[in-house]
Amino acid sequence: MRKLLQPILAVALGLALGLAVTWIAGESPWHVLKILEKGAFGSGYDFGMTLFYTTPLIFTGLSVAVAFHAGLFNIGAEGQLTVGALAAAVVGAVWSGLSAPLAPVVAVLAALLAGTIWGAIPGWLRARRGSHEVINTIMLNFIAAGLTSYVALYLLKNPDSQNPETRPIGPGYLIHQFGIFGGAPVSAALPLAILAAALVWVLLWRTSLGFEIRAVGQSEPAARAAGIDAGRIRIIAMCLAGGLAGLVGVGEVLGNAGKFKVGFSPEFGFIGIAVALLGRNQPAGILAAALLFGALHKGTADLDFETEHVTRELSLILQALVILSVSADGLWSWMKERRRPVIPETAGGVTC
Amino acid sequence: MDSSQIVDDTTAAVELRALSKQFGGVRANADVNLRVERGTIHGVIGENGAGKSTAMKILYGIYRPDAGEIFVGGKKCVWASPSDAIAMGIGMVHQHFMLAGPYSALDNILLGAEPVRWGFIERKKARERLESLARQYGLPVEWDRPVEQLPVGIQQRIEILKLLYRHSNILILDEPTSVLTPQETSDLFANLKKLRDEGKTIVIITHKLKEVMSFTDRVTVFRAGKVTGEVETSRTNPQELANLMVGRKVVLSIDVPPARPRPETAIEVQGLSLAGPSGSRHKLSDVSFSVKRGEIVGVAGVEGNGQSELLQALLHPRESRCRTAGPVRYLANDVTVWDAAKIRDLGVAVIPEDRQSEGLLLERPVSENFLLGLQRSDAFSRAGFLRLRNLEKTATLAVEEYDVRPRGLMNTAGQLSGGNQQKLIVAREFQRQPQVLIAAQPTRGVDVGAIEFIHNRIVRARDEGAGVLLVSSELDEILTLADRILVLYEGRVVAEFQRADVSERELGLKMGGG
Repeated sequence: MRKLLQPILAVALGLALGLAVTWIAGESPWHVLKILEKGAFGSGYDFGMTLFYTTPLIFTGLSVAVAFHAGLFNIGAEGQLTVGALAAAVVGAVWSGLSAPLAPVVAVLAALLAGTIWGAIPGWLRARRGSHEVINTIMLNFIAAGLTSYVALYLLKNPDSQNPETRPIGPGYLIHQFGIFGGAPVSAALPLAILAAALVWVLLWRTSLGFEIRAVGQSEPAARAAGIDAGRIRIIAMCLAGGLAGLVGVGEVLGNAGKFKVGFSPEFGFIGIAVALLGRNQPAGILAAALLFGALHKGTADLDFETEHVTRELSLILQALVILSVSADGLWSWMKERRRPVIPETAGGVTC
Repeated sequence: MDSSQIVDDTTAAVELRALSKQFGGVRANADVNLRVERGTIHGVIGENGAGKSTAMKILYGIYRPDAGEIFVGGKKCVWASPSDAIAMGIGMVHQHFMLAGPYSALDNILLGAEPVRWGFIERKKARERLESLARQYGLPVEWDRPVEQLPVGIQQRIEILKLLYRHSNILILDEPTSVLTPQETSDLFANLKKLRDEGKTIVIITHKLKEVMSFTDRVTVFRAGKVTGEVETSRTNPQELANLMVGRKVVLSIDVPPARPRPETAIEVQGLSLAGPSGSRHKLSDVSFSVKRGEIVGVAGVEGNGQSELLQALLHPRESRCRTAGPVRYLANDVTVWDAAKIRDLGVAVIPEDRQSEGLLLERPVSENFLLGLQRSDAFSRAGFLRLRNLEKTATLAVEEYDVRPRGLMNTAGQLSGGNQQKLIVAREFQRQPQVLIAAQPTRGVDVGAIEFIHNRIVRARDEGAGVLLVSSELDEILTLADRILVLYEGRVVAEFQRADVSERELGLKMGGG
């Protein structure tokens, strides 16, 4: 019960702070809240857009969580999803003649593989060369951004568009969009994401490999002493993390745009960190947290049009405040700690 | 009790009255009464988690009691933090010393209590005072050497001088002998006696009955958060103290029948060497030995003489940076380039040196800790999936058989007391039906009752044909269990004995490099 309460309180606090900011800007908080609610859930289309934003967040949230269970901080989901989407788009544009059942499968595998490789690099560097994954994943984010711009602007430029994007993929690649959402691009990527969440749960809690991943994350010395090759496990975990993030490309390229657009992701990779955090790195929690952030993303986008004083920037502040209060996990334990005596119970059982 | 009564007529140096302290749901101290007379050495003993450290930490101001009172020199005291306790003349030497390695002995003592004048530290004046203190109590120290270059015994002396420099009259020492050689230990106690005779009051927290018997004046025994006895040392005996600690009759030293070694070799190492950081001495030099199946070979030595490095080389031969003159062999397999998982699969059980970091996942439940290392065994996995029902069944039985308390499989390992953590590790490792057992400090910090249990298990494994390598800094443990004894000193095997041929004194001398 307490496990549930804390994230809910954190979200409420963030939302309250955000509304306070809009209030200072001159909007009635109640009005803002109503627009948020309507923007995210008001109609079939609105809810569809919320789900459309939710889908990539499930993948990136899972990506961050899997790495986290192995004791790694994957800040590279953004880069991994970028190369994943690019790979799907490149395959679809180059072999545009491929037809239905095979084509999307090939593109999904391409996205998976590209993300996996992008995760494997920092995983290998950490495991075998000891260089920190935080630095390397950030660097790879930049490399991914540069690489995709190059491909989209020079190698596979869309001749029919002024925008930085690749040629459209073949029609055989497009995946099913659900009709009930009034035209919002909710595609088969959403059930794929939910399936991924279920598989991640099975992996972590029901398999030997998952146990080894968690053991390494809990205590590397203990895992090592038990004969687990911590380096190998870390590489595997980063491959999985990269692959999961890479699957973001499925919804975007095959289910929505039909091509790779530079800058399509409003930092899904980084919001994924907040999603994992709020979902406590548990697949079920991540599904819920992704839905929340998806709704927030959709709702705040509408604030811009529907109010006088709240601009795009202010709505970003609102989102950021929620993320901030979610991330302030330490704040909660600190507040609990303060009610305790001088020094918390440390090393209680060590000496006596 | 009447709280307006500030000054009590007691003459005790310290008195704790009806002290209670709770952590979460656990009662660490319940109605603890403890009286330490002025000018005595007072032993505080008890099993792990019996509450002795908690009581001392309350006295030192680290914890605040939920209920109860503290009197120092007859005055009722309420601490807000340790600095209040220090101001009243109470000092504590922690089990792990609080010294800044690269600083000189002098600077370490001054650190935090620098005599400052016009913004400058008056080193000369401080040094004069310290030198006179050192003379008075017979505690000579080289003031200008970085403490990391000094032996552990001297480091401890510096910790004690630190307290004296801060005008402490009541010195609390937490497990002071755990890192000392037998010779250093007797030096320490000689010094403590001198301090006592100069009028200081000394409280020693320990679990070693022998030390309590030979060096203290009075003893307070803790069990399960309560004081179960306070006795004059001269009127008691180790057996009585052990019974008070455990609450039942315990066998202090088990009777180990002689081994019948088999011809097959369990572990064989030839010429193992490990260079230290450039310029320093070798961590291991030319270590060779073998362990037959059906015998226990003890590696004696003061901690930090190469035991950790030896264990790493044995468990991770591929990754250790050791040079060997010959292959590392387990049960006639050359494992020099094997990884740890493959070695463990031969039937190699390991009780690691540091159970909290190497042995357990402290935040995970007992069941998962029981699985650690066995997650790919046929018993607990099939086609990559865990067989959780099997795990639960087997773990429930094992927890029962090895008497891990509390019994629940869902408690996290970190919630168990030290002794129970160790029993959990033993239960898990014996699940492998070991052909080879490497046990490092298997009973460190473990209570008397559990020591007996673990020792019996190790002997049983030997009698069932396992080759056992026992690494321990407890001489008594080595002398009780080992059939053959190697002494490790500064990374070398400096002596080898049959158990029957060696006295404790002789071993102690070899351990100290004599």
